Amino acid sequence: MDQVGAEARAASLGTRSIKTTAKAYAIDLAIRMVDLTTLEGMDTAGKVRALAAKAMRPDPADPTCPATAAVCVYPDMVATAKQVLGSSGVNVAAVATAFPSGRAALDIKLADTRDAVEAGADEIDMVIDRGAFLSGHYLRVFEEIVAVREACGPAHLKVIFETGELQTYDNVRRASWLAMMAGGHFIKTSTGKVQPAATLPVTMIMLEAVRDFREATGQMIGVKPAGGIRTSKDAIKYLVMVNEVAGPDWLDPDWFRFGASTLLNDLLMQRTKMTTGRYSGPDYFTLD
Amino acid sequence: MMVSTSSTSGRTNSTGERTSSTNRAFEYAPAPESRSIVDIKPSYGLFINGEFVDGTGTSFKTINPASEEVLAEISEASEADVDLAVKAARRAYTRVWSKLSGAERAKYLYRIARIIQERGRELAVLESIDNGKPIKESRDVDIPIVAAHFFYYAGWADKLSHAGYGTTPLGVAGQVIPWNFPLLMLAWKIAPALACGNTVVLKPAETTPLTALLFAEICQQADLPPGVVNIVTGAGDTGRALVSHPDVDKVAFTGSTDVGRHIAKAVAGSRKKVTLELGGKAANIVFDDAALDQAVEGIVNGIFFNQGHVCCAGSRLLVQESVADEVMEKLKRRMSTLRVGDPLDKNTDIGAINSAEQLAKIRELSDIGEAEGSERWSPACELPTTGFWFPPTVFTGVSQAHRIAREEIFGPVLSVLTFRTPAEAVEKANNTPFGLSAGVWTEKGSRILWMANQLRAGVVWANTFNKFDPTSPFGGYKESGYGREGGRHGLEAYLKVESQR
Repeated sequence: MDQVGAEARAASLGTRSIKTTAKAYAIDLAIRMVDLTTLEGMDTAGKVRALAAKAMRPDPADPTCPATAAVCVYPDMVATAKQVLGSSGVNVAAVATAFPSGRAALDIKLADTRDAVEAGADEIDMVIDRGAFLSGHYLRVFEEIVAVREACGPAHLKVIFETGELQTYDNVRRASWLAMMAGGHFIKTSTGKVQPAATLPVTMIMLEAVRDFREATGQMIGVKPAGGIRTSKDAIKYLVMVNEVAGPDWLDPDWFRFGASTLLNDLLMQRTKMTTGRYSGPDYFTLD
Repeated sequence: MMVSTSSTSGRTNSTGERTSSTNRAFEYAPAPESRSIVDIKPSYGLFINGEFVDGTGTSFKTINPASEEVLAEISEASEADVDLAVKAARRAYTRVWSKLSGAERAKYLYRIARIIQERGRELAVLESIDNGKPIKESRDVDIPIVAAHFFYYAGWADKLSHAGYGTTPLGVAGQVIPWNFPLLMLAWKIAPALACGNTVVLKPAETTPLTALLFAEICQQADLPPGVVNIVTGAGDTGRALVSHPDVDKVAFTGSTDVGRHIAKAVAGSRKKVTLELGGKAANIVFDDAALDQAVEGIVNGIFFNQGHVCCAGSRLLVQESVADEVMEKLKRRMSTLRVGDPLDKNTDIGAINSAEQLAKIRELSDIGEAEGSERWSPACELPTTGFWFPPTVFTGVSQAHRIAREEIFGPVLSVLTFRTPAEAVEKANNTPFGLSAGVWTEKGSRILWMANQLRAGVVWANTFNKFDPTSPFGGYKESGYGREGGRHGLEAYLKVESQR
């Protein structure tokens, strides 16, 4: 990877001008791709229930507004979320494997994973062992992903790299291939607990990796940038990048997600602006 | 576009199969830049001695190459008009400009630079309308570098004694510029000339005179003393009259090697100092250890930037055989995402070919490439029905003996050759009558330095391409011309260097 070149390419994709019908399409697609997330020590059943309600019906004033892809919570909140979401089609994603640091024994990480799956999680967001990765123990990282995938059973596995800790684009590219070869269904940038979280160039490197992986194996892997994507304008830049780097096949919640919380309300405001020509202040959008 | 293949992910549908739902494509809606900011007059005269005057010659039309719409009627400067312009420049030189201190000259140049920035959008839109280049290039590349060039040389005006070429200007400069970067080439010519204390008569290309004429208005707005800058429009005859005028002290030309040769002959034996920036057939060399995705970006930028109307374009791709297939696959996929069309649309990557004449030349050489046995490929793209258009095109299986590997096409056409070793890459890269630029793509720093020493090219870019900066000298080896423009070196062309006194 060449850092200067990669960043220049990402920046140039960010200059695409997405207007009118294209913007309306992008905003609805982005809403459908949101993994609405709460990952706080202060999370409670009440908070999670409110978030789940919002995920199913982001804009109570407009029934045509699509639901988000999933809600993303800690494993102990999975049952609560599942109870609200039921068969709504909105998935429950749980972070596991000693999220966010990943500093625990493998047994504990696997137990963490199984616990979330048994509670009803449809998707597991695991973290890789960055310590092992940065000390060159790639096989250990690989085998851990394989083991977690097995513990996931029917649940889909997203593999979080914490790219803010891997730091170089070469590392991001290498981690992408490790995770894809180990059987991850999705590769994900960040926990949201480390800065920088998702960036356009990092996501571009991962989109190139899934594109090349399909080219080599025929298998399609999803990508999820998480953390720091707060505005519709940013989300649209990501979608342009998905479209032009990986290709339009990835423009689907099955293959691309946004790990976000505040992004959703900005998308809703822009959506209202697109449909009605105006929007009122933030008080007109629910705060869950 | 790629077709969805088997998948391991995705939500399961009712029958339990993995699905990759088919999306309607993310089609970007038109996002045109408004042209209301420009005010094109029905006709333009010549800019002589600070005023627009009617020419005594005939007139010609300038058109929008994207639509063939006539934009304005332009005066064609006759020999007599050129004489008036040179006289005005001489008068301004003797009476005003050569008497001003460097710091005073700098004030005018800074003022011009600031006005260019203030009127940047207007200049960008006008450039795209008259030239056909995409607005994102005129807006993000051309005009910012134009302003940067004036700022840069304004800074030199009062520091000439530190540059090493003396402080004595030459007098009147006759400058002839091409149509590919109309305002940028004007800046490359006028900024150093004025900074050094010369006055100028400049002839823009006949297909792209409008931004030069708007620049004339900017000179008025900046209160530049009359006669310091004169703009004479016209074609070959006007240019000939200008460069062979006996009272011109310095000739600067950017354009084709053919015309450059005529100019060199015309001024031979005279006192005139000459710089020529001519054609090129640059090698863009990709080694197997290069960051390939970024190299592909560099290849695309190298040949498709400005429709390939770039003298330093990376028109020959030399790719190491061990990665040739992979690079070609990536390149073709990337080319499929290029958006060809309305130059004023902010999402357009490739605009219109500048003229019917140039389009005919590109078509002719491309047909020759096919006839010589090279394989031609272009992505599926719909071209507008009016105007002059050519799809991004790549030829594989090209060898050194083919004309498309030797002649400058000056269009969005890439010839791909392969090599096995670094020595072979150098040999092939240098095996051309030109020598303007080259690109090297490798992760190995030592190889970059070695290649840069071996390549006979005025500019060598490493892991990038088509990067321009006013601080960097630009110019060619061999048939790509002589003299340097830009940077401290660019001052030499406009000063009486000690030994010449």
